[in-house]
Amino acid sequence: MKELIVLSGKGGTGKTSVSAAFAAIAENMVMCDADVDAADLYLLLDPDIQRRTDFKGGNVALINPDKCTQCGLCHELCKFGAVEETEQGYEIDEIECEGCGVCVDLCPENAIDFPIKTCGEWYISDTRFGPMVHAKLGIAEENSGKLVALVRQEAKKIAEAKKLDLIITDGPPGIGCPVIASIGQATAVLIVAEPTVSGLHDMERVADLAAFFKVPAMVCINKYDLNDDQTDAIEKTAMDKNIEVVGNIPFDPDFTKSMIQGKTIFEYDNNSQASRVIKGIWNKIMKNPVMNK
Amino acid sequence: MIISIASGKGGTGKTTIATNLAFALGENVQLLDCDVEEPNSHLFLKPEIKEEIPVIAPIPLIDEDKCTYCKKCMEICRFGAIAIVGETVLTFPELCHSCGGCIAVCPENAVSEMDRELGKIERGNLDLIEFISGRLKVGEVMAPPIIKDVRTYEKKDFINIVDAPPGTSCPVIASMKGADFILLVTEPTPFGLNDLKLAVEAVKILGIPHGLVINRAGIGNDDVKKYAEKENLPILMEIPFDRKIAETYSKGELVVRAMPEWKEKFLNLYNQIKELAGQRS
Repeated sequence: MKELIVLSGKGGTGKTSVSAAFAAIAENMVMCDADVDAADLYLLLDPDIQRRTDFKGGNVALINPDKCTQCGLCHELCKFGAVEETEQGYEIDEIECEGCGVCVDLCPENAIDFPIKTCGEWYISDTRFGPMVHAKLGIAEENSGKLVALVRQEAKKIAEAKKLDLIITDGPPGIGCPVIASIGQATAVLIVAEPTVSGLHDMERVADLAAFFKVPAMVCINKYDLNDDQTDAIEKTAMDKNIEVVGNIPFDPDFTKSMIQGKTIFEYDNNSQASRVIKGIWNKIMKNPVMNK
Repeated sequence: MIISIASGKGGTGKTTIATNLAFALGENVQLLDCDVEEPNSHLFLKPEIKEEIPVIAPIPLIDEDKCTYCKKCMEICRFGAIAIVGETVLTFPELCHSCGGCIAVCPENAVSEMDRELGKIERGNLDLIEFISGRLKVGEVMAPPIIKDVRTYEKKDFINIVDAPPGTSCPVIASMKGADFILLVTEPTPFGLNDLKLAVEAVKILGIPHGLVINRAGIGNDDVKKYAEKENLPILMEIPFDRKIAETYSKGELVVRAMPEWKEKFLNLYNQIKELAGQRS
């Protein structure tokens, strides 16, 4: 089974539009949205949710005021500043609590509970292109990396059960916790770059991250015609890093128009230049030796 | 005054707003880039970097001469960063959250702290604009400690502009908490609207006054405006979708420099922020 992760480093370069376009032309695949912080793929794939499950992310400390003797040890021990001194005594700031449980274990009065927290939800759905797994992390929650690992694992289970041999994962922006959770053990990464100084800077960092985790990368440049110099610079950087540039997508207002209609670019206009280019990119990805090992 | 610039969705123009606002103000202002996974502000403001400071997190160092393999450190660690098998102690620094539990619980004083570099802070200035940026090391997981470190440089008598990362989880909250005003930036598309709604929910949890900038106005539809109206979310500025602005950005240039007529608009944006933030106190 192969898993292609679509990443970008910089946000807003077109990861989700490109991932959804792949969904429309790929065969025998499961879609996975690993951007659990701000999931958008569902807006184009219109999933029919079959199963909804709570995500139990982690634990949070909770001081029981009846048992607490106000000794202040928890306040002293907490490295995250999550134990606040209030007029009513010590209280936990849930947003700051890291869930390390140090105060829970070391409280001499056993006055701190450690309930497990529901940090979000995840979904298994049917879409017009095949099965999909996505999730919604609760606002201001931690453990996005755990939830990313979970949706990827569920996508894999579905692929195995239905004998589908490909998973396309729409990844989160950045290079931190959720991105690292989405890259481990993947077959390949497609980096969607944009021809701006920041697009180049961020593409380099995500390419270095892929190399760090030994996952082969490919690059495509979205809106390549916005700035030829930056497109050249990205191509050169890719070459220096031994990364194949699998295609350059022109700026096309049809992407926004299709998004408004909740469609992929292929459903909006199968014959547009952007559609033809993405088809070419997809063929190149599928022919890349790393996808055929 | 602390102004955090956030968005939910990535690539909507947070850095454009942050850098141009700082440049338009020109003095008594500092820009703090808290998008430590992909910091970009320096590419536009082009400050002279004068100092680099590593961001260090403490991780456990185990003295095997003192260790009796009692496993108390392994048991307290919720992150699986310590494993003891027989008479072998293994630590996994990349999993450590630096909670200090292992040190506090060890009955033999066999655990001490060792430094691990998570990233760095870059400090400098462009004329009278102070600049601080955090940068996560490639391969490191934890952004929030670096964000918190960047924010220790906030100055009370300055206008502090915080460029936040995209999303709504812990790194974003770390970039917004304690701000006097949160400026949300979005684009008028279905993705922009969906992620704006999430960002507004996050801002409401923190209870901080906020307003909206619509970037690339004209590319999508009116749904963002309708939502803003319904939510009583003031629209403080609109930047039209304009090829010249997009090209200026792509080259790493500031809009207020390339198109000086925008300076007044950014100053006007600041005045509105000042007024809205002041209404609370």
